Amino acid sequence: MKPILSARRLEKRFGAVVAADALSIDIAAGQKVSLIGANGAGKTTFVNMVTGYLKPDSGSIALDGMNIGRRSPRHVAELGISRSFQIPQLFIDLTAAENLAVAVSGTHPRALSFHSPAEAHGRRDKALELLERFGLADLADRPISELAGGVRKLVDIAMALVRRPRLLLLDEPTSGVSAEEKFATMDRVIHAVAPDAATIVFVEHDMEIVSRYADRVVAFYQGRILADGDPRDVLNDPEVRRYVTGGAQ
Amino acid sequence: MNSFLTIVLDGLIQASWLFIVALGLTLVFGVLKILNIAHGSFYALGAYIAATAVTFVAAHSLPPSVGFVAMLASVALIASAVGLLLERGLLKMFYGRDEVVLLLVTYAVFLILEDVTKLIWGVNPIYATQPYELFGNVAFAGLYYVGYDLLLMPISAAVGFAVWFGLNRTVTGKIVLAVIHNEEMSVSMGVRVNRVYAVAFAFGVLLAALAGALTAPKISMQPGLSSDVIILSFAIVVIGGLGSVEGAAVGAILVGLARAASVHLVPQAELFMIYLIMAGVLMFRPEGLFKREAARRI
Amino acid sequence: MKHGRLHPLVMIALVVAATLFGRILPTWTLSLATVAASNALIALGIVILARTGNVSFGQGLFFAAGGYGVALIANAWGVTDAVAQMVIGAVCGGLLGLVIGPLIARYSGIFFGMLTLALSMVLYGALVKSSALGGSDGFNVGRPSLFGMVFVDPREADFMLYAVSVVTTGLAGIAATILFRSELGLASLAVRENNLRIEYLGISANRVITINFIIAAVFAGASGAFALMAQRHIDPQFAYWTTSGEFVFVAVLAGYQSVAAVFVASLALELVRSFSNLYLPNTWQLVLGVFLLGVILFLPRGIGSLWIREKRKRSKPAAATPAAVRKGVAL
Repeated sequence: MKPILSARRLEKRFGAVVAADALSIDIAAGQKVSLIGANGAGKTTFVNMVTGYLKPDSGSIALDGMNIGRRSPRHVAELGISRSFQIPQLFIDLTAAENLAVAVSGTHPRALSFHSPAEAHGRRDKALELLERFGLADLADRPISELAGGVRKLVDIAMALVRRPRLLLLDEPTSGVSAEEKFATMDRVIHAVAPDAATIVFVEHDMEIVSRYADRVVAFYQGRILADGDPRDVLNDPEVRRYVTGGAQ
Repeated sequence: MNSFLTIVLDGLIQASWLFIVALGLTLVFGVLKILNIAHGSFYALGAYIAATAVTFVAAHSLPPSVGFVAMLASVALIASAVGLLLERGLLKMFYGRDEVVLLLVTYAVFLILEDVTKLIWGVNPIYATQPYELFGNVAFAGLYYVGYDLLLMPISAAVGFAVWFGLNRTVTGKIVLAVIHNEEMSVSMGVRVNRVYAVAFAFGVLLAALAGALTAPKISMQPGLSSDVIILSFAIVVIGGLGSVEGAAVGAILVGLARAASVHLVPQAELFMIYLIMAGVLMFRPEGLFKREAARRI
Repeated sequence: MKHGRLHPLVMIALVVAATLFGRILPTWTLSLATVAASNALIALGIVILARTGNVSFGQGLFFAAGGYGVALIANAWGVTDAVAQMVIGAVCGGLLGLVIGPLIARYSGIFFGMLTLALSMVLYGALVKSSALGGSDGFNVGRPSLFGMVFVDPREADFMLYAVSVVTTGLAGIAATILFRSELGLASLAVRENNLRIEYLGISANRVITINFIIAAVFAGASGAFALMAQRHIDPQFAYWTTSGEFVFVAVLAGYQSVAAVFVASLALELVRSFSNLYLPNTWQLVLGVFLLGVILFLPRGIGSLWIREKRKRSKPAAATPAAVRKGVAL
């Protein structure tokens, strides 16, 4: 099957730190891929390179065969790759609905106009529909600065969905969410994402989440891929247990 | 060839005092992350105080060398006091606010000091030329230079070296550098940042005032002095990179040479040249010559 | 942001009322109000731009471009009509903004402020030395007319200028409220809050900043034309950084939430200026400085926050969005 995303021999260094070392990954449409690895293993760097925030030192990234390795985040977003952030990147003084409304504006940026009211019905409806999907409708008119960390995380993911991305990258969707709530949060995310994004890549530290939601796991270690494949196989891989999950089971 | 030499020497003389002003500005920015619009006012304050000291000494018919020492000493004393007072009494209240807000606060200080100097020293030009003749004239490559002007170069170099040495080779300096590079980290390591702020700001004021005192014998003190100087020193630190000591040196030399060159070649273009250089540097190296961009963690 | 939702017709009625009010104002208040209206126009531009998070310390550049543009054209072609002069000023400012805007939109925070300041000082430096334009003394222009009418009575001439500037500034204010409520206005606030996320949403932060920058330049150019008409004289001081500083002051005093606040702030500044000239000569800047500190300390969101219901508390954006971070770090 032809991969939707194909990264070939990516290299990225920050001074002496190797964040990507001949990294090659193919991601097929419809997969739910989890990236695991210790801090600094290169997971977020990979996400940053795919979304154009960082330029790889060398190597190529292709979306449906089109090279996107040198594109800006804006172009990458326009091509159908969206992402959420480990630390939610929101417009903190605006309300949740306004945050989503800005995202909706982004789907037709040429029409970002002087005369069209920000709260026009179409836009507001779309924003509210997304918030509803995440169960946040009642918080729509609250400014982000009044919302808890877990809620911000969801708003952040909702914004990534506005474009109905073909590939969605989630950077630690459950970090900062309490242990009791993590499954509920992840269920909400997977449920809300389902209609719009068929292919999901998520960075995750929690192995329970990984084994429950991923159908493929890629383990990172020092900028390289240690193991890649079926979640059960990867999580039981001795090297992965030694370097990534720390044998804590 | 002769005019080339003149330009270089004039440029370096200019660069000498400009460097001392810019050094203060860049250090304050490095430590407190404040781009201090009032910095030029401290230069003017130093110049006015020096003039008063020199005039006082002359009025009591003491030798000009005493005047020279008196002007430096009085400036050092008053400037440090003013700096400490302003930082503890005023700036402290605004820490944590947006950097543009802090810029506005220093703009307010600039406005206030502008009128305070007028109230104290009046609006008519003031002179303090006595120390200027102290070191005689020097013939150099067929040109005559005032010894005082030439002396500015080693003084400036000494100040620069002292700051470099202080920052890189002393414990206090390392603490200051730690605050410059990573404030959060230095707080967690037990650095008392408040104290570093106060000392750094006072020292910045001192440097500006010192440059003012050193140039006082060369110029006429009148309203508008501070705003001319702040405009020049902004250009220097932006060219060199905000917060960078080496940058301030290179920026000062570039601006000094540009000023001297335009005075000799195209007198119409002085300010124009300096700001053209600055705009040019910003276009190609937005963070200035000596600063690296830090990527934002997401 | 929540604005008082005034109907545009109500706003137009307010502008008409303010214009007619000029008929009963004493002469000295009339010229003061003219200056206040004209300064409000340029400050409004700064506020519009500030909503993207960028403060221009060099609006004097467009102010002078408008003023000199009008003065030169007025003298060369004999254009004396006040409205025509205003339009010429706006066009001059706007054209310059069109050239500079795209170049400068890449910068933010202190660098944006310093670069705008630098550019205005380049113009200042050039104007001071250009003898063709009168050097540092500048030059004079004649009295403006309106629609072919020439006003001989100074009182009538003052009222005419008052009326044109109040109407222009009023219309600009109405346009600004529409802008603030628009999609572009919301995107501008978003750029201010997080210029990285906005790119990830497919919106060019540079484009949003550039559009706002050009609007600000147009307003500044028109304001420069009014200043010229009011003083009937122009000199390089128009481009000096302390001139720009006063406009920034008005913008800070107003805050960025309310258009009406800009007018109130500008009027307040002119009143304080004339009283301090009267009672505290030579301490105008001292008064201004103390005033500015007081505003920053006690009204951090400007006087607009006095009547705009504050449902949003000031909260420091957490580590995620320091205002200082340059946009497009790795782009």
